[in-house]
Amino acid sequence: MDATTTLIAGVRKPTRREFLAAGASFGGFALVAGLSDADAADAPAAAPKYGAYGMPNGVVENPLVFVSIADDGVVTITCHRAEMGQGVRTGVPLIVADEMEADWAMVRVAQAPGDEPRYGNQDTDGSRTTRHFFMPMRRCGAAARQMLEAAAAARWSVPATEVEARNHQLVHKPSGRTLGFGAVAREAATQPVPAGDALRLKNPSQFRYIGKGKLGLIDGFDMSTGRAIYGQDVVLPNMLFAVVARAPVLGATLSGFDGAEAMKVAGVRKVVAIKGSPIPSAFQPLEGVAVIADSTWAAMQGRRALKLDWQDGPNASYNSATYRASLEAAARQPGKEIRNDGNVAEAMKGAAKTVAAEYYTPHLTQAPMEPPAATARIDGDRCEVWACVQSPQAARNDIAKRLDMPADKVKVNVTLLGGGFGRKSKADFATEAALLARETEGRPVKVVWTREDDLHHSFYHTVSVDRLEAGLDAKGKPVAWLHRSVGPTIMSLFMPDPKQMAGFELGMGLTNVPFEIPNLRIENPPAPAYTRIGWYRAVANIPHAFAIQSFVAELAQAAGRDPKDYLLELIGPPRKLDPRSLGDQWNHGENPELYMVDTGRLRRVAETAAKGAGWGRKLAKGHGLGIAAHYSFVSYVAAVVEVAVDAQGRLEIPRIDIAIDCGAMVNPERVRAQMEGACIMGLSNAMLGEVSFDKGRVQQDNFNGYQLLRMNAAPRRIEVHLMPGGDYAQPMGGVGEPGVPPIAPALCNAIFAAGGKRIRQLPIRNQLQA
Amino acid sequence: MVTLVVNGQSASFEGDPQMPLLWYLRDVRQMTGTKFGCGMALCGSCTVHLDGVATRSCVTPVSAVGNRKITTIEGLHAQGRHPLQVAWREQGVPQCGYCQSGQIMQAASLLAQNPKPSDADIDAAMAGNLCRCGTYTRIRAAIKQAAGAKKGA
Repeated sequence: MDATTTLIAGVRKPTRREFLAAGASFGGFALVAGLSDADAADAPAAAPKYGAYGMPNGVVENPLVFVSIADDGVVTITCHRAEMGQGVRTGVPLIVADEMEADWAMVRVAQAPGDEPRYGNQDTDGSRTTRHFFMPMRRCGAAARQMLEAAAAARWSVPATEVEARNHQLVHKPSGRTLGFGAVAREAATQPVPAGDALRLKNPSQFRYIGKGKLGLIDGFDMSTGRAIYGQDVVLPNMLFAVVARAPVLGATLSGFDGAEAMKVAGVRKVVAIKGSPIPSAFQPLEGVAVIADSTWAAMQGRRALKLDWQDGPNASYNSATYRASLEAAARQPGKEIRNDGNVAEAMKGAAKTVAAEYYTPHLTQAPMEPPAATARIDGDRCEVWACVQSPQAARNDIAKRLDMPADKVKVNVTLLGGGFGRKSKADFATEAALLARETEGRPVKVVWTREDDLHHSFYHTVSVDRLEAGLDAKGKPVAWLHRSVGPTIMSLFMPDPKQMAGFELGMGLTNVPFEIPNLRIENPPAPAYTRIGWYRAVANIPHAFAIQSFVAELAQAAGRDPKDYLLELIGPPRKLDPRSLGDQWNHGENPELYMVDTGRLRRVAETAAKGAGWGRKLAKGHGLGIAAHYSFVSYVAAVVEVAVDAQGRLEIPRIDIAIDCGAMVNPERVRAQMEGACIMGLSNAMLGEVSFDKGRVQQDNFNGYQLLRMNAAPRRIEVHLMPGGDYAQPMGGVGEPGVPPIAPALCNAIFAAGGKRIRQLPIRNQLQA
Repeated sequence: MVTLVVNGQSASFEGDPQMPLLWYLRDVRQMTGTKFGCGMALCGSCTVHLDGVATRSCVTPVSAVGNRKITTIEGLHAQGRHPLQVAWREQGVPQCGYCQSGQIMQAASLLAQNPKPSDADIDAAMAGNLCRCGTYTRIRAAIKQAAGAKKGA
């Protein structure tokens, strides 16, 4: 794996003649959604579309689009999804390589620019890439293999059935003759693309790479030697650098500014205003003033010298403490009915005991280690952009609209992303670069966001109050369950003043709670938004899992029961629940008949994590174990956290056991890595994470205010338990996000078990010392 | 004017002597292996060596470098086979990879001073380097692997 290079489309110059899919010369827009075999049931005409077929521009699986083979046999596979640490630049191409019998050592990976009509959907979010593109990429690789086989058969004048691709060679089975992939690449490109019944997929028992977890990262060498190119790292000849002073409050406008002092800073070239958009402003840039200079440093110095006169606008009174009080008040009143089973009010009256608790989770921000950055150049009627974006087609559309150019004149090249976590799905920073490129006479300009910019101008994770009430019978079993969840919705980016959560937020572990409770009611009281609310890794699952899984442990305590046994009893016996029967119409965009809520799988991850952690073992003084299980992104995850809390309230985490059932896996090694990372991020969220507002402004400026978990506080040990995936014909689950939600409640349950206090508001910070 | 020696290559610089070394490396020398994460020595992404000692380049003005030799991730090992780089790949440490230049440079400085660090030594030396993807347990494992590896492995 040492010999890899990062190929950034548009930066790289082709060094050898390439065949299959040689740029635009073959360019057909190919097999589109729903026309191919195995997923046909997923996308019948005029029926609801699910999975990748329900996403904009659906699926493309034509090998002429994704695969090129050079004369020397080097196979270049184009990855159309963005790499941000989840491993897609390894995982997606290895599916293609496996099916086409390519030798991984001969595979290079190219990165697709934003072009969904050509590549299919590119929104790299929602823990979707593998589950949506496993089958399409298999078919793409299988088609390429069959085209190579057909070309070799034609060369030898033998029936194609006598030729078999084996590890980068074409073998004529009767005679034993062989040809390399490179030798027939040109002829292969002219073969018809097999589809439908003509397409032959490998039997999974023949997989070389899929499910094995033996391959190093395609970018591992570059990442360990400083050669990997991220959005911040783009260098173009004659480039300029910009930083932007942005509206300190959402919706603030400039009544005037003076750039004269900024222009005096050595190296500063230009001061330019960027016009904001009225609320709801979707992913548009905030109003601001840009300083364009010969270096990032000069631009920063220039920005300090700007004189800006802001009109703060309607969000100037946003204050987190006041807002929290308003959410709590709302949670104590009835809200919009989301789900109603049985009769909770009656059941509460008859309960032997009632328990109520309120939980608070604050705003968070993604804070990827790489702050957003984008470079743009305008050349005549064209604009080319290089940026760390999760959704390059959406960036392209936004830029085209803002520059009043047709989308096909805008090219968005995708660099590596130094973390995304949802922030880089919103391409406001790329649009800024494109707008500034109009001011630089054809010179490229890179917009650099500083850490302060990133924390002050994000699209924040919602803030939430969750109030739960339960009625227990004489044996301590819940007979009534009322959950009110209230917080600002992501829809506030797109609609004027919505106050209810959308189905896709409620469906993240709130509506679809799979507990066996006869009387269950879920409500969503109203809440306005005063800042930009956005997707943050695991999204609304974070508050929902924290509240529900903490409350389960509180009920176990009230019932005098073991929390693990109590949780398993609430999940109930193994059964497959139609999400619609739970009131969830969204179901992560997946077909509810293929993706049911399987309580047997949820039980198994909980039992596996508990067994791994030695649940029930004798613990040292001050130690405690806590458990939580949560279903999200159509995967099942449970975690058991072990904590040690000393007399001074200092918290240590010796160990976490985390179990995931995401169905069959492409790259188990990266599933493991994602679970490890989710443990760290979940702890960071729980222990330290908080964005707060006063006077409409974010109060945290850098990593001293917005703190993240550091190595000295990280668990000594993280044990990941991968549930056997089994059948590759069964639908797959997500991996990038579902590890996060159970961590905070498992941690807080462990703290309580260790003799610490019951944590109901995050972050924990110094609550244990109080 | 200052003269700066980066990975053995000397060059003079006539710009703002207050420019942090980070921006000199990235914008002037166009060496982007050294990363920008916070600008306040809070995250460690920008870590380089000055005479072999880990230093945050984002808060080090070029005028403060003096005649110390600057080593960046690009210069840690000519073929990218420093024992830590090998261990990083074998342990599959990187996720997004953005912080890893700084992590490796910090770890290299640690091992140069303390070839057999304990867990506590590793935690203390690495606590200034943030990783948002959460690769800490693998970083620890990779440092231990490199500490146990033969020289030049």
